[in-house]
Amino acid sequence: MNSYPNILPIFKREVKSYFNSPVAYVVIVVFLAILGWFFSTNLFLNNVASLYIIFDSPLVKILFLVIAPAITMRLLAEERKSGTIELLTTKPIKDVEIILGKFLAAWVVLGAALLPTFLYVITMAILGSIDFGQVVTGYIGLMLMGGVFIALGLLASSLTDNQIVAFIMGFIFAFAVFMVDKVLPYLPSFLASTLEFLGVDFHYSGIARGVIDSRNIIYFISMLGFLLMMSTVSLERRKW
Amino acid sequence: MSIAVRNLTKLYGDQKAVDSISFDVKSGEILGFLGPNGAGKTTTMKIITCYMPQTSGTVEVDGLSTVERSLDVRKKIGYLPENNPLYHEMNVLEYLEYAAQLHGMQEKQISHRIKEMVHVCGLESVRHKDIGELSKGYRQRVGLAQAMIHEPEVLILDEPTSGLDPNQIVEIRNLIKQLGRAKTVILSTHILSEVQATCDRVLIINEGKIVADGTPEKLQQDFRGSESLTLELRSGISDPMQQISPKLRSIPGVGSVELLGQTNGTSRFMLHVEKGADVRESAFRMAVAEGWVILEMHRKATTLEEVFHKLTTS
Repeated sequence: MNSYPNILPIFKREVKSYFNSPVAYVVIVVFLAILGWFFSTNLFLNNVASLYIIFDSPLVKILFLVIAPAITMRLLAEERKSGTIELLTTKPIKDVEIILGKFLAAWVVLGAALLPTFLYVITMAILGSIDFGQVVTGYIGLMLMGGVFIALGLLASSLTDNQIVAFIMGFIFAFAVFMVDKVLPYLPSFLASTLEFLGVDFHYSGIARGVIDSRNIIYFISMLGFLLMMSTVSLERRKW
Repeated sequence: MSIAVRNLTKLYGDQKAVDSISFDVKSGEILGFLGPNGAGKTTTMKIITCYMPQTSGTVEVDGLSTVERSLDVRKKIGYLPENNPLYHEMNVLEYLEYAAQLHGMQEKQISHRIKEMVHVCGLESVRHKDIGELSKGYRQRVGLAQAMIHEPEVLILDEPTSGLDPNQIVEIRNLIKQLGRAKTVILSTHILSEVQATCDRVLIINEGKIVADGTPEKLQQDFRGSESLTLELRSGISDPMQQISPKLRSIPGVGSVELLGQTNGTSRFMLHVEKGADVRESAFRMAVAEGWVILEMHRKATTLEEVFHKLTTS
């Protein structure tokens, strides 16, 4: 981190800005309200004490598909619109520091939405028995998948100065990466094996099952690295 | 801290925004960039501040290239972009702290420096307010405070007084003069009186080219073309066009005579005078000799406005 000392002030400002405005609270409340509804329905109506809703059902993933671009849409689009991007990029800081600071801040907001769900884990631990190892890998998997959606949303936000456009593009990007391994049965087999490797859900389910496979970890690291690099390049577009 | 610009060219697609301009700014100088909208002022400033690179040519700030040593150059520059963009949801102190941190200042220095800038820029009464709530005048002060938070040696100000009321303009102008004393300053404007009031030197830019360079006084002198003399006479003559105009035209130095109007034996003329000539005395003597009464005589010299107008319209 020493060669990127300016990530910290940017990260701090963005986090503060999220929690000074309604954005973070709205996102977190909506996420928890919908999740809580399904979770309690499953618990009381079906009488099942499991964390299925959080880690295995498509619910959290679909909510992530929507709230990730909602969190990231303003990150660069707003700076472009208001012109503050010019202030930021004429400070003695690297473009990649701007991208990393903003990415980490948005990721933390997503983490803040996920954090209260730990109450469900505790509830389940009291009511029945759960595998804590699987809970840990489940959370790691969700955060990694959310990270990819955040990085896609940030890339979308770097491409436009309109927040609504940034939201829609971010959603489409994330949806594509999420759905790519769901359309495999309709594709020729040589394409299928390649596309399967691109799909975020395929790698998530590997990790969420409790198996930390190096292939899945490499996927997430290279995906995040690639997307953040793309955002940096997009920010440098002004120089072309 | 000097700035050297050499053969700077910037193309947007096929359009030349800046066309091979060269100039130097000496240390401690306040340089005014003057030109109509779209002349290339902002583009030049964006290149000097490393916001975007040039198509060709070089810019050196204190001997450092803006392309190769971009980060080092940016440390030396304080920049107020056009329209003064600010984070409206931050309060003044938070924002100044953020700007200072991005310049890599030490925590201890920061609080001291913020206090100083708040004092110098007159922001005490609004320091805890959100920037979005401030009036335009105060926002401009915040923009200036932000640009100077790290004690830069070079200040680049893009239209620092646009959109302010006359009182605020005077305040900001004085602030720039006071703060710019020990710095190298480039400011752009299309208000001519501003250049006269604040700048040591003026560059007039039009269509991406430098069309004039010098002190405001020198420009006024160089481009003093034909002056004009307004003359109002009471002569009792009913046809001044025929009887007075030819006589006035015969005065040496008078290029042409224009009849502006006449009422009851009083007539107004506009005399276009050749460069360098002063015909007031001859006009007076002629009036005395002819028995006309001079009601008004008024000489108009070229203003910087006219110089500007002449240079930027073709």
